[in-house]
Amino acid sequence: MNFTKTVAATAALSMAAGAAIAGGHLANEMTIVSWGGAYSKSQLKAYHEPYSAITGVTILNDDSSSTAVAKLRAMNEAGNITWDVVDVEAGPAMQLCDEGLAMEIDPDTMLARAPNDVSAAEDFGDMLVSDCFIPQIVYSTTFGYRTDLVGDTAPTSVCAVFDTAAYPGKRSLFSVPINTMEWALLCDGVAKADIYDTLETEAGQNQALAKLDTIKDDVIWVSSGSDTPQLLADGEVIMGATYNGRLFSLIEEQKQPVAMIWDGQVMDLDGWIIPTGLSPERQARALDYIMFATDTTRLADQAKWISYGPARKSSAPLVGKHADLGIDMGPHMPTSPENLSRAFLMNYSFWADYRDDLDAKFQAWLAK
Amino acid sequence: MSASTDTEPMLAADGSPLKKSLGRALRRQKIRALLLIAPLLIFVFIAFILPIVSMLFRSVENDIVATTLPQTVSALQNWDAESGALPDEAVYAAFASDIKLAAKAKIHTKVGLRLNYEQSGIASLFKKTARKAKKWDIETDGPFKEKLIDVHKGWAKIETWQTLKVHSSNYTSGYFLNAVDMRKTVGGPQFQPEDKQILLTLFGRTLFMSLVIMGSCLLLGYPVAWLLANLPMRHANLLMILVLLPFWTSLLVRTSAWKVMLQQQGVINDVLVQLGLVADSARLVMINNETGTIVAMTHILLPFMILPMYSVMQTIPPSYVRAAKSLGATDWTAFWRVYFPQSVPGIGAGSILVFILAIGYYITPEIVGGTKGVFISNRIAYHILRSLNWGLAAALGTILLVAVLVLYWAYDKMVGIDNVKLGG
Repeated sequence: MNFTKTVAATAALSMAAGAAIAGGHLANEMTIVSWGGAYSKSQLKAYHEPYSAITGVTILNDDSSSTAVAKLRAMNEAGNITWDVVDVEAGPAMQLCDEGLAMEIDPDTMLARAPNDVSAAEDFGDMLVSDCFIPQIVYSTTFGYRTDLVGDTAPTSVCAVFDTAAYPGKRSLFSVPINTMEWALLCDGVAKADIYDTLETEAGQNQALAKLDTIKDDVIWVSSGSDTPQLLADGEVIMGATYNGRLFSLIEEQKQPVAMIWDGQVMDLDGWIIPTGLSPERQARALDYIMFATDTTRLADQAKWISYGPARKSSAPLVGKHADLGIDMGPHMPTSPENLSRAFLMNYSFWADYRDDLDAKFQAWLAK
Repeated sequence: MSASTDTEPMLAADGSPLKKSLGRALRRQKIRALLLIAPLLIFVFIAFILPIVSMLFRSVENDIVATTLPQTVSALQNWDAESGALPDEAVYAAFASDIKLAAKAKIHTKVGLRLNYEQSGIASLFKKTARKAKKWDIETDGPFKEKLIDVHKGWAKIETWQTLKVHSSNYTSGYFLNAVDMRKTVGGPQFQPEDKQILLTLFGRTLFMSLVIMGSCLLLGYPVAWLLANLPMRHANLLMILVLLPFWTSLLVRTSAWKVMLQQQGVINDVLVQLGLVADSARLVMINNETGTIVAMTHILLPFMILPMYSVMQTIPPSYVRAAKSLGATDWTAFWRVYFPQSVPGIGAGSILVFILAIGYYITPEIVGGTKGVFISNRIAYHILRSLNWGLAAALGTILLVAVLVLYWAYDKMVGIDNVKLGG
């Protein structure tokens, strides 16, 4: 009977599919977790496609990096790690390393040497901020403003955000304490060098929140990197904070009337971690991918697609032009000499220690 | 029938007593029915009931302190937390040994995070201490009291040790106290400091805004449902499609559409400015606040109000209203005394449905609510995904579940759940 056949065939198919899933990954598949959007596209072009072409491995993308710590914790508790390589910022990488959820990496044996035979450890230098973290790019969180909505004097300082008299209108900020509290202190007159010492104290934290209180009603609080570009494009905000790569694509690719305030840009690192608890086979695959994807050429290749600076010293001279637009990428990098001079260096270990304390406090302040 | 049936049992065709044979057949039928629904039952149990119960269980589970710091917990037994004096060297030594082992096993951050929920600052205290403690030799490096205080002055604070002692039991009421803006202390439950009290406000806001949304759905939905039930079929069908069309559109699309409509440079503000009703410099703020949440959620939940009301109104015979009018009732009396009471079961069903859906809503307030228009569910999501305080999230979820059950029970007492009709 036709019906019976259909049922039997469906049952057989779903059992086969079930078996495939139960057996974990097929031998030639790996799941890579990243941020999505233009950033994942740059990784696809620079790392995934060439790697698949060489090895025949199919790479599955999962855009879950923003909740990676929570999900890795849950996977670890359930004893079933479904991710092979995960893209996270330096702070969460330290946290995962402390909790034993990320594997420790030996740069000498697990990462590729630079073309001039400098060891990987030396080539990455200070960027190796944690034993588990394989740096990939330097990005920054900075402000963009609508050139047509800010009046005659364009803002040049990050403190324009707190100056509602000179620049009336809404501004957007991330609803997290990281960066936001540093900017508040910076614009409340605290010297750059003293910011983290101030933020360590109860009084300093209250000072930052008091400064933020002055603009609280003028801020649209956002949670994702794509929110501010959208708000800027709509003219909903006159200035807003987001990652410099997102602003680059808003300005150069979408030609919106927006410009950047590099002043007070907070530099952070983004890179890979490999979760602990993978089978030896999958771990070997993940390490093989990391060895390939973080070598000098690959890191420089990524900069053709997005304006983030490669984490290796040896990649810097190789950064060229944008793959589609043909513009020189150098000046758009947060690490370019001019932009770098106005940067503010984030203290990763401060945030690894204080993230939980300050996040709780900040969220309570926000909900008031 | 003959008299023999009174004395002898009635026999079935195979000679066994009929009663027994009937019973057996019925039992077989029941087992067959049960087997048929067994896959569904097992599925519901494994995929729905078990996860919920295990999640709710986290709201009281607290074995992490006792398992990570066993020696400290037993040493603290002898310390009088209310004495006002720091614990003695034995406690410090026990802690130094515990934290060293925990740091080796990389589990110290978890317990630090757990205690940080109770006293802000403990997470960093644990991380800093563990980094130093890894290099200590527990046998020879004592005494540890000065050593620990030297690493971080947090160890010279009595509150730190009080927090450790209070939260060392395997099961705790701490998460539930936290969920209602209180905390466990050595002197019993106390209210949280002012700047940490937000959850009761959020519960109140969630209830109030859900009621407002339910009310506006009712006001907007009643006339539509009435029209649907009373228009000629041709027009009613068209109207029905208009009601269902948004229902079939993705939730995210509808919510984002409201963003485009309501924002300051959005459609509504543009029209108002063009008409000269609103000055360009004083555009209305209708999004990222309560207004945005109420408008968008009313729109999204409207079909859940209209459909049950429509299905009830359809069964009200139009002849009743005609009869009332022919007996001299005005239009209003005929509606209010005859039609409306018969539509109450639909109103009840729609209101319950909308209210219960609204109270647990997450994604719409998240997108259009800003900071002032978010619900308790957004806070639960924050604790699940960001702060990783699953115990508190579970406690908040339990309270929400109980609140909905209580409201449901109250409704049953007042109106009667039998009067609710979801269809037909």
